[in-house]
Amino acid sequence: MSFESVKDILKAHEGLKKEVYLDLENSSPVFPEVVEEMLPYFSLKSYGNPTITHKYGWEAYEVIMETSKLISSFIGASSPEEINFMNSEVEANNVALIGGVLANKGKGKKVIISNSEPVTIDLIAQMLSEKGFQVVKIPVDREGFVQQDKLLKSVDRDTILISIAMVNPEIGTIQPLKSIVEAVKDKNPNLIFHTDASDAYGKVDFNVKNLGIDLATISSYKIQGPRGVGVLYVREGVKVKRLIEGPLGTQQLWPGIENTPMIVGFRKASEICFKNFREDIWQMKYLRDKLIKGILEEVEDTILNGPYGDKRAPDNVNISFLHCEGESLTIELSLRGVYVSSGSACTRRMLQPSHILIAIGRKFEEAHGSILMKISRRHTEEDIDYVLTQLPEAVKRLRSISPV
Amino acid sequence: MSRVPLPYNPKILELFRNPKNAGKMDDATVSATAGSPTCGDMITIYLKIDEEKNVVEQASFESYGCAANIATASILTEMIKGKSLADAWKIGWKDVIKEVGGLPSVKFHCGILAAGALKRAIRQYYDKKGFTPEWLPKNLTTEEKHALEEEELAKIISKKMET
Repeated sequence: MSFESVKDILKAHEGLKKEVYLDLENSSPVFPEVVEEMLPYFSLKSYGNPTITHKYGWEAYEVIMETSKLISSFIGASSPEEINFMNSEVEANNVALIGGVLANKGKGKKVIISNSEPVTIDLIAQMLSEKGFQVVKIPVDREGFVQQDKLLKSVDRDTILISIAMVNPEIGTIQPLKSIVEAVKDKNPNLIFHTDASDAYGKVDFNVKNLGIDLATISSYKIQGPRGVGVLYVREGVKVKRLIEGPLGTQQLWPGIENTPMIVGFRKASEICFKNFREDIWQMKYLRDKLIKGILEEVEDTILNGPYGDKRAPDNVNISFLHCEGESLTIELSLRGVYVSSGSACTRRMLQPSHILIAIGRKFEEAHGSILMKISRRHTEEDIDYVLTQLPEAVKRLRSISPV
Repeated sequence: MSRVPLPYNPKILELFRNPKNAGKMDDATVSATAGSPTCGDMITIYLKIDEEKNVVEQASFESYGCAANIATASILTEMIKGKSLADAWKIGWKDVIKEVGGLPSVKFHCGILAAGALKRAIRQYYDKKGFTPEWLPKNLTTEEKHALEEEELAKIISKKMET
């Protein structure tokens, strides 16, 4: 078993006639226009440090401020100062939760999340609980919606922070965040409400002001911008402690020299997503439903994970294939040019399958056979047709050698 | 636990794509299963045994699990074909992993389940005959114990999920 083996696996993929990349959950191809937009910023323009008083510094300062302004307008923030660039959505989630509770320690000890939050949020909550905070996990229903009565019962004066993702990254559930935020703030106006909006930004209507949100995480790669950049929205007046020390520049919550090319890339990807927002979403929903319908009709013993229709993110397809194990299926599909991920314990390199699928009541064997696919703005009907020819055959082959 | 990609070697990939001896055997003398769908891996081994000579005439497998699971089960059926039951019994999980060209440690249990299913099948065969050869130990082997532990865990998980 060695690194050399990877070369052989890659060789096995040679000669594929068509490829469809559907694993936008775990990483994504950057839009070519985004790469083109980014390139001059590495060594032709705006490469200065935005805190220094010379042409290239001012250029960098200008482009970062312009981008903050644009993104604040896309999410309905009050001012560009509420936009904080960081290295990733993972970092933004860490600063939001850890920095949020540290800055507001005096207000209480309780942190509330749901039991089907993104893995990062779940792990941070675990860490906070080890540090002495009281972490409460609110159950979700069978479609992944947070049980609001249980949430409300749990909110008290001791509650510092609540984090609930606007859109569930694995099963696409769109939480009715407005009513949730209203209800919990009604009970405790001092608590901080954070949402990981990585799967909401550019995919569903997301406006921090309308929703009444205090902190929001936004990801760049999930809208096919570059990896290595993310945003934490912090409503003016909300206290969050910086987690990393170093010389501050334009960003109050992140020390270091701003990564201007990445920030520019994120801006360009955002512009692409919001240019024809309604049309894009309509098209994605159409392809999503075609893929879901095609699989459920063509392949026996399948279960859709998450809700149907408008309560589901426009890009999300998550289906459990019974009598089929997810890791095998991802490899079989890869060899056929279809790239997906699975909630199986094997592909996650963890001992348990996806905690989100377990939270909505899936049995372990149902979770092991789950496949997650995400539709992008650039997928075509031919792509989906190709997946619909390959998937049933892949499942059929693996089921033919399965004892269950 | 860190998440590293699994660089399956060419032999495993080949056995995954074109497994040898895959499928249920209708006229098997004996068959046995190890593992459970709850844990995400399960192997069934079918043996057709020459009952006069106690030799494995034919072997096949069914697998629910990852690529390593399919590959180890397949290679084991190749390893035991034509072997006496006494020799087949001697094949341990490490031999299976070696034969398949190595596995990352997180996948060792695939080799263990394959060898475990085989040992169970051989035990069953002699149980049916009502005869225990000298080389067949009374106590469970490592592989059989591991399979049992995994199945017990699966039962606990299933019970917990129901409540």
